[in-house]
Amino acid sequence: MLKARLGALAATAASIPITLLGLAVVTFFIGRVVPIDPVLAVVGDRAPADVVERARIEMGLDQPLYVQFWRYLTDILSGNLGRSVMTSNSVWEDIARFFPATFELATLAIIVSAILGIGLGVLAATRQGSWVDQAVRIFCLAGHSLPIFVLGLISLLVFYAWLGWLPGPGRQGIVYQDMVEPITGILTLDAALANDWPAFWDAVLHLIQPAGILAFFSLAYIARMTRAFMLAELRSEYVTTARAKGLSNARIIWRHAFRNTLVPLVTVIFLTYAGLLEGAVLTETIFAWPGLGQYLTVSLLNADMNAVLGATLVVGLIYVVLNLLADLLYRLMDPRTR
Amino acid sequence: MTTRRNLLTGLGAASGTAFLPWDSLIRAAHAQTPPGVVVMAKQIDDIITLDPAEAFEYTAAEICGNVYQRLVTTPNDEPARIQGDLAESWSASDDAKTFTFRLKPGQAFASGKEVTAEDVAYSLQRVIALNKSPAFIVNQFGFTKDNMVQTIRATDPRTVVLTTAEPTATSFLLYCLSAAVGSVVEKAVVSGRAQGDDWGNAWLKTNSAGSGAYSIVNWRASEAVTLQANPHATNAPATRRIIMRHVADPSAQLLGLQRGDYDIARNLASDQIRGVSGDNRYTVVSQRKASLLYIAMNQKNPILAKPQVRQAIKMAIDYEGIQRNIVPNNYAVHQAFLPEGLPGALTEKPFRMDVAVAKRLLAEAGHADGFECSLDFFSGAPIGDIAQAVQANLAAIGIRARMLPGEMRSVITKTRARQHDLALLRWGSDYFDPHTNAEAFSMNPDNGDDARNKTLAWRSGWSIPELTARTQAAVKETDPAKRVAMYEALQRDHQQNSPFAIMLQEVEVAVTRNAVRGLRIGVLSDRTSYATIAKA
Repeated sequence: MLKARLGALAATAASIPITLLGLAVVTFFIGRVVPIDPVLAVVGDRAPADVVERARIEMGLDQPLYVQFWRYLTDILSGNLGRSVMTSNSVWEDIARFFPATFELATLAIIVSAILGIGLGVLAATRQGSWVDQAVRIFCLAGHSLPIFVLGLISLLVFYAWLGWLPGPGRQGIVYQDMVEPITGILTLDAALANDWPAFWDAVLHLIQPAGILAFFSLAYIARMTRAFMLAELRSEYVTTARAKGLSNARIIWRHAFRNTLVPLVTVIFLTYAGLLEGAVLTETIFAWPGLGQYLTVSLLNADMNAVLGATLVVGLIYVVLNLLADLLYRLMDPRTR
Repeated sequence: MTTRRNLLTGLGAASGTAFLPWDSLIRAAHAQTPPGVVVMAKQIDDIITLDPAEAFEYTAAEICGNVYQRLVTTPNDEPARIQGDLAESWSASDDAKTFTFRLKPGQAFASGKEVTAEDVAYSLQRVIALNKSPAFIVNQFGFTKDNMVQTIRATDPRTVVLTTAEPTATSFLLYCLSAAVGSVVEKAVVSGRAQGDDWGNAWLKTNSAGSGAYSIVNWRASEAVTLQANPHATNAPATRRIIMRHVADPSAQLLGLQRGDYDIARNLASDQIRGVSGDNRYTVVSQRKASLLYIAMNQKNPILAKPQVRQAIKMAIDYEGIQRNIVPNNYAVHQAFLPEGLPGALTEKPFRMDVAVAKRLLAEAGHADGFECSLDFFSGAPIGDIAQAVQANLAAIGIRARMLPGEMRSVITKTRARQHDLALLRWGSDYFDPHTNAEAFSMNPDNGDDARNKTLAWRSGWSIPELTARTQAAVKETDPAKRVAMYEALQRDHQQNSPFAIMLQEVEVAVTRNAVRGLRIGVLSDRTSYATIAKA
């Protein structure tokens, strides 16, 4: 039994390098077929011919495609993702700086959206057809269908410009700029570690709007899925049996029905989290949040291929790892998979 | 009203946390710009380096212009006049090949050390040795890695002598040296940070060693740049610290300005500028930039190669209407290759929309029923809207333009490969001399597909031996008045015969809170000055 479980786990783990290799191949070749000359990003449009040629040779672009790919592959296997043209840093340094900002945002958003989404989903399922169900449905529809940049701008207008409750774009106020020594890159955590509580609360206040918008967007999906899973469970025969046995409604919902929805819900939440960790480009743009999504987009628009390839690989890795975690939890929670 | 202060107080009371100091919390919530600090909201994700020998992007050039001094510069209120920056005086030899600069005494770097001729020679030599993108502005005078020690010399602590390969117009040399690439760095600091043969390039990408009004505290890509006043600057800046925050979204810039979190917003859209221009809480600062918007017509397309077709396209465009309706605050109509503000710029506008004349010209060319071609353009605002208006204008005379929106670099890549028909493009001048645009628009020494010099004329496949010779003669003319006259004549011919419909000149607009005064926007980005910004 244990051997079989370990075997299944090993097979899942083995799929990680294969997935990453596939991702490397696809991103590399897409990067080479986009109609942008990558030398332009390095030397600009005005550089004389000799400067352009020198840069082309330095970047290895004069070599055949298979040589370029082999070099790229050996570089990433040795942990070298190259240097970003846009920031002049190594791509690892950039990811270490931009990813914590996204991580902080996505983690708060997923915690809020999971708690509220599950709560609303269960509420809607247990009151199917009632005005509560309809209200949750409309709320979810709004969260899922309203463009995120519209929500972001409305939020800024109301909570920042009109009411003045929350600060504007950025990760921290001007007063605290460069005041917190980066340790983890997660600003709230670094401020707490430094015992700098004013900076901590400043960072928290700056987090509320973008994390709230992302949470609203994500909870819509989580609530809809929770409602659907719960409805399926509540129609099951074991629920009828439980009711016949005289179990309380709360016990039937939370101890029996909800417990069974947890298995598919974990996958939903993990995949939503992975999506958020990719970086929410529009949210990051509106709230001037220096995260991975903005880094990836700016790099892409500037044909900064090292940064694009490196960040894409990291996003892929996050996706694969979270998938693996979801898989493990699935196995742990569902006895049928053991 | 429930304010942020009340909300925080309530939040703290509810949590009951002992570690939360209320006064600091309220300070956090009201993190508005402190005295002596000016916060500027700007799109700064174009910066890729802050080394003046390498920086060529708008924001980086602007920062370099405030952090470094050059030998000479041009004042914003009279941009054609050359004045000494570090140099007190200069002279040219009779053969116009040797130029001697005498430095002003008492000019100091941010470190406190005096600027010497040795620093100037080192700075220009490192531009040549590094040979990065903007190096051509300096090395077009014949300076090379092999001869730079002999041709760029400090003969005493206050005298620098430059020897050019060919007789050179003094104004041409001076205008080129006034570009950001001519910035003077502190030799002792930069050479001490050099790694291998990088001449301190890696360090200067994110740091500074200049004698300008400010020095760089830090740059975090796509996030912020912080500048600190140089305590040893000759004219001490009025503001202690300038913080540029990357705010990509113009609406967020406007909200921040209205809340008082930003003192200056640099990238507001036309309608937003219109919205605040009548409001006495704000001041609108604007300046024509050396940046043009034009349509390039590829001469490899046999239809577009016909002179009547080119002329018809120029007559079909509603220049005034596009400017008035789409970009009333951010662009002005301009139809010559030298933008207003640069020496020799022609302000004549010979073209205005005349559908009947344009149709007649098309019929003369044998295309009475029009024809189909593609139109490449950058899809971002406001270029996309302008492209649509151009498409409608062309349709009115029977030209069916297929719209091909793309990212800026992909459009440039395509035009560099001469694969376009029509392309709506932007061109910013590299330095202050008329030759910067004359070389781009009216020079094409080799029209072959593998030519080394891919000027804008080459990219449009326009073979112009006569104009090329005239452009080369203009740059060598040593009499300033004659030189200007030559450029004016070049522009007139260019307007009538070129495959370029030059439409608009960019107007840069910044909106400041009324308490903030003194931002001076330059014709070129490196002329935009923060030194006089003051906050009441």
